[in-house]
Amino acid sequence: MLHTFVAYVEDRPGVLTRVASLFRRLNINIHSLTVGRSERAGLSRMTVVCEASAEAGHRIQASLYKLENVVDVDDIAQAPSVTRELALIKVAATPRTRSQVFELVEVFRARVVDLAPESLTIEMTGVESKIEGLIQVLNEGEERVLEICRSGKLTMRRGHHTSGVLKAMSAGEDESAVESVEEGVAELE
Amino acid sequence: MGNDANKQATSIIPTRLTGAEIVWATLVAEGVTDVFGYPGGAILPVYDALRKFPIHHTLVRHEQGAAHMADGYARASGKVGVALATSGPGATNLVTGIATAMLDSIPIVCITGNVSSKVLGSDAFQEVDITGITLPVTKHNFLVSRTEDIAPAIRSAFQIAKSARPGPVLVDITKDAQQATAIFDFEAAKPRAVRPHPMRKVEESGLAQAAELIRNAKRPVILAGHGVIESGAEEQVRTLAERAQVPVALTLLGLGAFPASHALNLGMMGMHGESWVNHAIQDADLLIACGMRFDDRVTGSVSTYAIKAKKIHIEVDPAEVNKIIKVDVGLIGDLREVLESLLPQISGRDGLEWLKKIATMKGDSAVRDIKNLPDSGHLYAAHVMHDLWRMTGGNAIVVTDVGQHQMWEAQYYHHEQPRTLITSGGLGTMGFALPAAIGAKFACPEKEVWVIAGDGGFQMTAAELATIAQEKIKINIAVINNGYLGMVRQWQEFFYERNYEATPMVSPDFVKLADAHGIAGLTVSTRAEVESAVKEARSAPGAFLINFKVEKEDSVYPMIPAGSALHEMIRRPGGKDPLEESLDDK
Repeated sequence: MLHTFVAYVEDRPGVLTRVASLFRRLNINIHSLTVGRSERAGLSRMTVVCEASAEAGHRIQASLYKLENVVDVDDIAQAPSVTRELALIKVAATPRTRSQVFELVEVFRARVVDLAPESLTIEMTGVESKIEGLIQVLNEGEERVLEICRSGKLTMRRGHHTSGVLKAMSAGEDESAVESVEEGVAELE
Repeated sequence: MGNDANKQATSIIPTRLTGAEIVWATLVAEGVTDVFGYPGGAILPVYDALRKFPIHHTLVRHEQGAAHMADGYARASGKVGVALATSGPGATNLVTGIATAMLDSIPIVCITGNVSSKVLGSDAFQEVDITGITLPVTKHNFLVSRTEDIAPAIRSAFQIAKSARPGPVLVDITKDAQQATAIFDFEAAKPRAVRPHPMRKVEESGLAQAAELIRNAKRPVILAGHGVIESGAEEQVRTLAERAQVPVALTLLGLGAFPASHALNLGMMGMHGESWVNHAIQDADLLIACGMRFDDRVTGSVSTYAIKAKKIHIEVDPAEVNKIIKVDVGLIGDLREVLESLLPQISGRDGLEWLKKIATMKGDSAVRDIKNLPDSGHLYAAHVMHDLWRMTGGNAIVVTDVGQHQMWEAQYYHHEQPRTLITSGGLGTMGFALPAAIGAKFACPEKEVWVIAGDGGFQMTAAELATIAQEKIKINIAVINNGYLGMVRQWQEFFYERNYEATPMVSPDFVKLADAHGIAGLTVSTRAEVESAVKEARSAPGAFLINFKVEKEDSVYPMIPAGSALHEMIRRPGGKDPLEESLDDK
């Protein structure tokens, strides 16, 4: 089954390796990985998509939590969520053949963001299947697809904010440490 | 060593120190008294500062030995062991020892020097990416390149090493960070409180369910592992066993967690466990797994493992629950705390029928193999283990290596107390025993320490004899010498048509080798000589080595071939023949 792990991790050197190494050790291929800053200073948000059994998924989640630099983990593949992917697609197109591509872009509600004499670049945001669809149609057309750059899956649970980060950051046994973390967070807010 | 008052002061009042001094000041404040290491260029500033601090440094002969010594120290004392090494080869030599500690969840902190931060990543002389190399075999590691980060990193390392499921932590410090100065403030360097694993939880309903299962079980067995010792839950396990009249089977690393002489003790489970232990597990209708992880050496084939039994798993590491064996109730938390919450719900239970049934299974196989060894005039390793147990009253710390002797020790040396058997279970690291015993001796200088090693494993780290000599410590060494890599030979005998490829081994005269180190020794080749030799070793003022020349092609029985069901074991040939020799006439 497909798993989508959302992990909040400390924004430090080597953390990506630690996370990736967990999947490597289990010989699991990562379909997509996105990393960027989160709503909390000093914490990055990673979204890792991979194929693994339910048991392996549970183990990955438990093992991710064991990493010192990981603050929160969620597996949201099965949860109601908002999911997007961004793709930039460069297509070989001359002034003579452009119009066909423009038509496709229109149908898929994508945008052309760069135009050159021999090529154009399409920006497309949507769910994975929609991006796959555009790429497929482009590949079937006369114009050659020159480059594809995809962001990988970006995803968030629907509705109420459920990130356990705040709770996780302040869940130590040491009262003063809890306070200082909460103060720190309050300052950020 | 320097002035004690001075040191106390450095650990309390914030003071400007060099990074090297901060390393030691932090260790002193963490309560460290002994470290094991080997100097070199990138760690020299740290060594240079050692004389100012009240820490005893043991110079090892190979860094693998340093890691095993820290490991043996931790296993014997329950405290964090510390190893020190330089960059490059010094650091890579630690790796086997670190992995050994990782697989057995042992809290050690390894401190390595590295090249200056300016040349990190440039393939400088003796530079290696040790944080990268040890990433999968440490619980966590740190690369420190700023002096002010040294104390917080070392303090975090100690906290991580000993919290929840313990494990090794490595702190790699660049040379320039050791040389520069910073304000050392031990209090300010305190790490954030441990963040509890969110999946580590014990629900009331789980406790009630577990109590219900125990109440209704007809054939329950407790499986006690290393976690019992790590968590200090020996009393709680004993109370559970006695109150509910549940027999206790132990893993290799669990030996000592429950007294061997206790009426409810079954003995060791798994590949070389006694037949009645494995049969009891296969017959059970409830397994109460306490601080163990269903290792493949314990389960045999997973698909046929205890299929009639409900399973309760009490374990601190959420990643271990439902990893190998699907359980009915998972109670994820510190074993002692979980049992403390569970025990009030456990009432007296009549377990007599089941205990009787196990006693029948046990039958005369209880007075078994050792009495049935053919009287060939040869010495059997089982004799040696039995006599060592008898003569030390089961009170010594026994440090075993890996192989046949390790299993014989587990079968014939009966451990009453926790932390009296130190052995590499998970990684199965040959060469572990001698250095680990040195660490154990430093942790418990008043205790009698015996190394039991095979002729193969002993030679892997025999250089540490020189460390024993230099430190003038009293360790007794029993080399179980059969001229083969015995366990591998046994597998070749059983599964590779006796093709003894690369297992016959020519060894030096171990007594002469000991003598070359100024260590006394004796060779023993008959049963009659065992007692006097052991006596001599025990009464000798210094370290002593006994070279036990044992039966060459003896095998460890019973044996469950890897991947077979737990009840499909290879029994000792002719195991039920009447004995000629009694146990007690030595």
